[in-house]
Formats: sequence, C-alpha cells, structure tokens
Amino acid sequence: MNLTLAAKDGRNQPRDEGRAESPLAVRGLTVSYGEKPAVFSVDATFRAGAMTAIVGPNGAGKSTLLKAALGIVRPLSGKVTCYGKPLAKQRGRIAYVPQRASVDWDFPTRVIDVVLMGLYRQLGLLGRVRAGQMETALACLDRVGMREFADRQIGQLSGGQQQRVFLARALAQGAELYLLDEPFAGVDAATEKAIIAVLKELKAQGKTVVAVHHDLSTVPEYFDRVFLINTTRVAEGTVEEAFTEAHLHEAYGGRLATAQMSVAG
Amino acid sequence: MGLEFVSLSLPPLLIGIFAAIACALPGNFLLLRRQALIGDAISHVVLPGIVLAFLVTGAVSAWPMLLGAGAAALVTVLLIEIIRRVGRIEPGAAMGVVFTAMFAGGVLLLEQSDTSSVHLDVQHALYGNLESLIWLDGLGWASLLDWEALKGIPPELPRMFFTLVFVCGFIFLLWRPLKLSTFDEGFARTLGLPTGLIGLSLVVVAATAAVAAFDAVGSIIVIAMFICPPAAARMMTNRLERQIGWSVGFATLSAVLGYVLAGYGPLWLGGQNAVSAAGMIATVSGVILGVAALAGPCRHRAGAPAG
Repeated sequence: MNLTLAAKDGRNQPRDEGRAESPLAVRGLTVSYGEKPAVFSVDATFRAGAMTAIVGPNGAGKSTLLKAALGIVRPLSGKVTCYGKPLAKQRGRIAYVPQRASVDWDFPTRVIDVVLMGLYRQLGLLGRVRAGQMETALACLDRVGMREFADRQIGQLSGGQQQRVFLARALAQGAELYLLDEPFAGVDAATEKAIIAVLKELKAQGKTVVAVHHDLSTVPEYFDRVFLINTTRVAEGTVEEAFTEAHLHEAYGGRLATAQMSVAG
Repeated sequence: MGLEFVSLSLPPLLIGIFAAIACALPGNFLLLRRQALIGDAISHVVLPGIVLAFLVTGAVSAWPMLLGAGAAALVTVLLIEIIRRVGRIEPGAAMGVVFTAMFAGGVLLLEQSDTSSVHLDVQHALYGNLESLIWLDGLGWASLLDWEALKGIPPELPRMFFTLVFVCGFIFLLWRPLKLSTFDEGFARTLGLPTGLIGLSLVVVAATAAVAAFDAVGSIIVIAMFICPPAAARMMTNRLERQIGWSVGFATLSAVLGYVLAGYGPLWLGGQNAVSAAGMIATVSGVILGVAALAGPCRHRAGAPAG
C-alpha cells in the first residue's frame, strides 16, 4: 500500500510545472517497435540547468524515450516540446551523444572529422571548414583529453576514447541541452571521470544534461535529478525525492536484487 | 594505330570507364551502409523492366527501356521493403528473394516473347555488347573535333557520360549529409537531416547508374563495379575522401586493363579469339580486390569491435 502511495506521489507532481521553459518536455509519449509498447504514455519535464539521469531496468524504454524525444524514432502518439516550441525549430540548441555501439567504428574517417560533424549546422552542405571552426573542434577534443588523437582513424581507439570523441562532437554542437545515451557503458574508469567532469562543467555553465544511466550506485554522486522509467513513468524528481527504495522497487520489481548485485560486483 | 583505335577501341573503352566509375562511386556508400547487394539486385531486375518496355513499345529504343528498367528498379526497392517489414526477413535475404525472382521472371518473359528479330537476349543482359559500340565515323583523332563525325558516335557514350556527371554531382553536393548519415544515422536525424530521403536518393542514383550501365555493358560489370573497386579502396586508406579516389582509380584500371586483356590477352597466350570485355573487366576488378586484400595497408581492422 505504501509502495503505491509513494509511486502516486511521484506521478502526481504538478505536470505543467516549468513546462514552457523546460528544455525538453514530453506528453503522453508512446513508442512501439512491435506489438508491445517500449514506452507507454510517458510524461516527462526535464529541468533546465539540472543533470538528470534516466534510470530503469533493461528494456524499460530508457533509450527509446530519448530517441523518441529527439525524433530519431517515430512515436505512436505524444507531444515533444523543446524550450516550449516544437523540436524541429530548436535543433540548434540540442546536442546528442548516441550509444557508442550504435555506429560502425570501422568507418573510414578520422577523429577530427567526427568532431567536425558536430559543426554541420554551421558548415551546411558545401561550406569549407574555416580555421576558427577547426580551432573549435580541436578545443572540444582538448576538453575530453583527446587532442593528440585528432588524426587517428576512429577504429584505432579504445572504447573509452571513442566515447570521449562522441562527447567532443556534442560539445562542438555548442548546445544548451545535452542528451546522452549510456555515456558510461563499457568505458574505463579514467574516461568515466573525464566525462563526468565535462558534464559537471556544462552544468556549471548553466547547460542542461540528461543521460540514460544504468549504474545505480553512481546516480546520487553524478546526478541531481532522476527520471525512473519502466515502460511507464515511475517517478521523477530530485535524487532524494525520486531515487528511493520504494520507487526503485516499483521500477525494477524482483530484478532490483540482481541490479544491485551487478553494481556491487 | 590512331585510326583503328579511335573508331574501334576508344568508344568502348570510354563507355567502360564511365560505367565503371558511375557504379563505383555510389558503391562506396552502399558498401559502408551494408547495402552492397542493392546494386546486384537492381542490375538483375533491370531485365524484366527492359523486356516489358520492349513488349509495350515493340521496339528496342533507349528511352522506353531506360524507363522500364527504372520502374522495375523502383518496384524492387519497394518489394524489398515490403517483404522485409511484413515477412520480418533480414534485408539481405529479402533482396535475394526479390532480385532472383524478378530476374527469373525476366528470363521467362524473354523466352515467351518474340525477340528473335532484335538484339535482346539473356546473354546480352549479362555481358552487354561493349565490343560492338564502335564509331564508324571516327577516322582518326581529328574526328574528335569534327561535328559531323561526332554525330555518328554510339549514343551509349554520351548517355553514360551524362550519367557519370549526374552521379558525381550528386555525391559532390550531398557529400556531407551522405557521409554523416552513413556513419551515424541517429545523430544525423537529430541535426534535422532527412536520413530516409538521403538513403532513398542514394539508391535512386545507384539505380540510375546501374540502368544506364546495364544498357551498354551488361549486368556483370555493374555488379562487379558496385562492390570490387570500393571494397579494394577501403583497404588502401582509412579516410573516406581518399577511399573515393582509390575506387575511381581502381574502376578505371579495371576498365582499361580488362578491355585490353580481353582484346589481346588470348592472342598473347596463343589463342584465337578475343574474350568478352565485360567478363574480363569484372575479372580484373576481382583480381584487384584480391591483391588489395592481401597487400593493402589498411586491411587490418584495429581497435574495438563494432559492437
């Protein structure tokens, strides 16, 4: 009984609070790849200037929520607004770091070329890369400690280095809202530290960070807000409000024990 | 040498080179998108399209046939998508099913229809007729500047040339979106790029090259040029810009070397007749791929697994 009450509390937060100014807000978002929905009727309002973790068990629709919010997958229903306007008008304010495993790292291109992709909206179809833009790209590589790898082929990097290159590309986008899909998946400890340092820098500059995150043990340390999802929304709020045992139990069910064990191990 | 070369060898050689490059260029992207079979599929389904166009118009003329081939290519792409979605079959298998079925249908159509009076048969579909594309008015190099003589040039030559210009223009203009959406489609979409449209236009451009090349050089060259030069080029460099350059070089080399070897190789070996130029060009491209696979500097894939 307590469980459901607590869950309800999470759901019953004022829904339109800060929605107009929210960097990213979704209403009634439902996405389905097959017959079963991956994300069902989810409302979410991500807070400006905060670092929010999207947390939930495997297959709970964390990445799908992000992809649908970005228009990468088409939702069955629902509405997405970015800073109070339709997404299509706000793309210049968003930076995105996809899952590292979502691309083919054998692709014949160099590290610096990947970072320059972040400047596509400035460069356009045929614009030449000017010296200043090259400087921007190199500075972004510098921020993730990868400047000396600029001329390497991307397949020659370790997983952690590849993840940093992806982050550098997002930095090059010069956005206000940063959306990251499992940025710490399969990276070494040094990379994890480097990435979180950059994300905290962004927050300090007043940017908004939203990351799909799978490691429960680091949530309180890294993030200040949590969005818990298991196909439907379970809870949303500050770490203290939303990241409670009751909510986690509701999101993970019997799987929580396993999740915690894998964290410990 | 000059006179014979200009009238007999220059047109087929140029057509071969243009066709090879026009197919190799989009082939680079198809290969990186793991869609290399699309080229194979298109070049096979062109046959039923051409036969149908012949049955409708009753003549072997270029434009109806190109349109028929283009329509068949479009039907194929749609069928592949439908089978993939409805049948939940993996893309490679869906392509395999569609293009073999349509090619077989084309063969049946061809056998049942009365095409004995015209130059339209399965052999033509496979090998093309590169050697017969001669320029009777080409009486030496001076003819290249003679407008009257130029009028007699095989129509395949300008058609292939303009196809190549179109393909080059497409890749030059859309270079950045093509590269971006091939490498990271999700990211490209967050930039607002219409990735579905970009992928479709790439297939349409590849189909255009395949249909134009098919008419002149047959499907064997088309299939080989979509895959061999780009695959060999990938093993020469780790940069897409240079890979494109290498693939153009390899395509040209295959066309020239293949044409010369087909014409003179058997004689050098003491044989009597020349062999099919289309077959030899495709063979040379395969040999180049083999050499690149054995000795290319970038054939080792270093680093993390693609996941």
